[in-house]
Amino acid sequence: MAHDPVCGMEVKTPSKYWLDLNGKRYEFCSIQCINKFAIDPASYINLDYAEQNTYRTTNYGIENIELNINGLQCATCVANIENSLKIQRGIKKAHVNYATSKAHVTFNNKDITTNEIIDIIKSGGYTVGFDTLKIGISGMHCGSCVTNIEDGLKKKNGVIDANVNLASGSASIKYLPGFINADELRKEIENLGYLTFYKSSNETKLEQGKLHEDDTNEVDDNQAARDKEYKTLMKKFIFAGILALPVMFFSYPTVWNLPEQFQMGSPVLKYIWIVMSLLSLPVMFWSGSQFYTGAWAAFKNRSANMHTLIATGVSSAWLYSAVATYFPGIFPEAVLADQFYDVIFVVIALVVLGMALEIRAKGKSSEAIKKLIGLQAKTARIIRDGKEVDIPVEEVVLEDVVIVRPGEKVPVDGVIVEGSSSIDESMITGESIPVEKHTGDEIIGATINKTGSFKFKAIKVGKDTALSQIIQMVEQAQSSKAPIQKIVDKVAGYFVPSVIIAAIFSFVVWYVFGPVPNLIYALIVFVTVLVIACPCALGLATPISLMVGVGKGAENGILIRSGDALETAQKLNTIVLDKTGTITEGKPSLTDIITWNGFTEEEILTLSASVEKSSEHPLGEAIIKAAQDKEFNLSNAHDFNAVPGHGVEAKVNDRKVLLGNLKMMKKYSIKLDSLEFKSSELADKGKTPMFVAIDGIAAGIIAVADVIKPDSANAIEKLKSMGLEVVMITGDNSRTANAIGKQVGISRVLSEVLPEDKAFNVQKLQNEGKIVAMVGDGINDAPALAQADIGLAIGTGTDVAIEASDITLIKGSLEGVVLAIQLSKATMKNIKQNLFGAFFYNGLGLPIAAGLLYPFFGLLLSPMLAGAAMAFSSVTVVTNANRLRRFKPKF
Amino acid sequence: MTLDQILVIIGGISLSSWVAWYFWFSEKRVVKIETSAGGFQEAVITVKGGYTPDVLLFEAGKPIKLNFIREETAACSEQVIFPDLQKQAELTPFKSIPVELQIDKPGEYSFQCGMGMLRGKLIVQ
Repeated sequence: MAHDPVCGMEVKTPSKYWLDLNGKRYEFCSIQCINKFAIDPASYINLDYAEQNTYRTTNYGIENIELNINGLQCATCVANIENSLKIQRGIKKAHVNYATSKAHVTFNNKDITTNEIIDIIKSGGYTVGFDTLKIGISGMHCGSCVTNIEDGLKKKNGVIDANVNLASGSASIKYLPGFINADELRKEIENLGYLTFYKSSNETKLEQGKLHEDDTNEVDDNQAARDKEYKTLMKKFIFAGILALPVMFFSYPTVWNLPEQFQMGSPVLKYIWIVMSLLSLPVMFWSGSQFYTGAWAAFKNRSANMHTLIATGVSSAWLYSAVATYFPGIFPEAVLADQFYDVIFVVIALVVLGMALEIRAKGKSSEAIKKLIGLQAKTARIIRDGKEVDIPVEEVVLEDVVIVRPGEKVPVDGVIVEGSSSIDESMITGESIPVEKHTGDEIIGATINKTGSFKFKAIKVGKDTALSQIIQMVEQAQSSKAPIQKIVDKVAGYFVPSVIIAAIFSFVVWYVFGPVPNLIYALIVFVTVLVIACPCALGLATPISLMVGVGKGAENGILIRSGDALETAQKLNTIVLDKTGTITEGKPSLTDIITWNGFTEEEILTLSASVEKSSEHPLGEAIIKAAQDKEFNLSNAHDFNAVPGHGVEAKVNDRKVLLGNLKMMKKYSIKLDSLEFKSSELADKGKTPMFVAIDGIAAGIIAVADVIKPDSANAIEKLKSMGLEVVMITGDNSRTANAIGKQVGISRVLSEVLPEDKAFNVQKLQNEGKIVAMVGDGINDAPALAQADIGLAIGTGTDVAIEASDITLIKGSLEGVVLAIQLSKATMKNIKQNLFGAFFYNGLGLPIAAGLLYPFFGLLLSPMLAGAAMAFSSVTVVTNANRLRRFKPKF
Repeated sequence: MTLDQILVIIGGISLSSWVAWYFWFSEKRVVKIETSAGGFQEAVITVKGGYTPDVLLFEAGKPIKLNFIREETAACSEQVIFPDLQKQAELTPFKSIPVELQIDKPGEYSFQCGMGMLRGKLIVQ
């Protein structure tokens, strides 16, 4: 095959179309290509040479990068990205892994830069994860220094963007960790002739998905803003509140029994009114400024909110009062020339106070997520080039070996490679007892090392760590909508304008049909209706409870994916539990040793374990582990022989050991007597018994079983007492399945179910009209979890974002299921209380404010009372939601 | 019925009709967002008592970047939530906070503050 230098096609040699040039034969696909070549051969030959040239330089210009990609939704996305990369010049290899959301690209840095690769991925609609380094720079004097540094940094491969701020003397650099690191960036700036210093620890940031970027910093900023707002509101309240006192005093001369000169119509009172009209201006436009700015902004967008209502109500009261103060002659009757300045002062003071209290209460509602963000370790001590170095946690890359000393935080997720310790995982799993971890065990970032030192290999860093995933899931759930909210949203859209119309309607009715002085009554009713309506309580009711509830779940190791899941979880009536790994530990362990013919437990266990050392059977591991736990010394076995379907035999310390089932014993004619009966007793309990014979004599039985988790029976009992039907599903034979079912108190056992039929069995239960939850692991049971109305995945270690599940239980205990259901119930109850309160309040408050009770009881609400009611209704909603923070599981 | 009563009734009815028309039936201003050189459909939204602009028009399938600038400290607007997209962001006052979205399915997607008082929507075509 030859290469057409014009179009690049492969052509058969010898081709019909060819040319000789400088002794070299060129072959083409068609006459067109020959013609093109003949006109300007140099351009095609050079291209050819250039390509060869590039190829040679790639030996040292070739680079590999690993990019985190966000927004991969399907397998086709993988192909999209790969194809869009592969057609680019300079890309040698592009491989996108859907499962890890990572792209591995091999490219030639002469032809394409990292930034261009990122741009290509971005243009396909995906985003790429990167880190941001904030660094202080001194020695900059002018704008040209800024461009100088920016250009210098941007030239570096791995730097996506650099922003230098002359005023603050700092740079914000977006870069790809693993490609360039913070130290190299710093050196680069220093090479340009400037000094650098760390502003703060650098912050991980992901372009998409993670919106709480600049984590700690941002949280602090927000908290500071919230504190500032609270203080401002309190000042506004105090200002309006203090002024409200004299205003109240002079507004009700008859109530306080004031002397004649302060009564209605007196010239002194007229001057007092003038003072009040002037004082009310700062109250309205400073204390109540947010009502006006908020109302105006909404008005411009053709929408209306709480501010619209308050601003309209207060302004109407002021206008009327001002006319009464300055132009009393306008009114046909003297009695109409009354003022409502008190309403302005009191309503503004109270509503502002309500807003301040609400900020305080809301700060508490979002504590859970702040706590989670705060858990992240800041630095990690790793081994690089044989030396221990402390680096920011964001720079830990995969496979780094991290050292953790007693009392320190585990920085990222990993597997212990050396040493052991007990680790407090309560912050992630909710499990209060520290967990013993040895070499080979998975550890979770943000947990605390209690006793020993150990080294571990990082297996998940950055946004892949369990903690990052937890934070992301909690944020997602908190911003999701519970279905119940949809009704509220419909109402909320029409609420405020409806209230305005209702207020106008009430005004008209009172003016036309009301008692004398009808104008005054009409105005009071108008203002009261506007002020009492509280759209905030309505809007806040669901999201605030959801936020507290989901956060509370995370604190207890329960990750609820959405408001939808929460709402469905409390309606469940059937719960299907997978046996292996859910009810049981999921791995066999030694349960019984029966001694016989005078052999001791130690003899049986030591010899069997020594034999099993040579086998690779999972049941054997359980025996070895039991022997190691008891610190028995194991010997090496000789003449090991596995008899398929029977057992194993070997020689240990010159003793002949047989380990196996009944067939094995029969084969070697071992006399078992009543041992055979004991064996079937154990089998009835769901265990796997193995006979042990030493030197031709029966020595006893070793029984191994997948043991039930210690709290399973208790949790199942609890689920039943909550009125749920508990069903067990397993692939085991019915004898073992029923045995386990009996021990944990489950009567409905679905046994011998193939893994692929689990979803089908869940569906059968759903067809019985049941709302079904399925509890299982996220891998084998994924279809069943997805089929169920609620899928609860039992988390294993660091894998928390299990796609098929609605709820993930980080701690592998069934108690989590109980807790999740109880929490869902408590949260939904709280939401309903809030919604009922809000609807009830508005539904009752509005007609009363409109004066519906007046014809019957002569009762009319004061606008000031309405203001108080409105201010405290939204505070009540938040306070009620915060009660959920005290949620305690009932066991 | 006296003249002033008749006037109040007529005034009330016309004012109510105007309120209903203005807030519910009048055509909202839709801002169409163009794709920038970087491939993003990028918009700046000012948050002050409301979202300006509050109705934005995007093309489906292309990445969207909304830069929220909260020009107030009123706690109401400290969070922006996209309930349909399960996204949220804390808006730090006086800073530009980017929210990146990818919407493939045409439709209307609302966004709102934490308590649903301020609202806006993204129309994706």
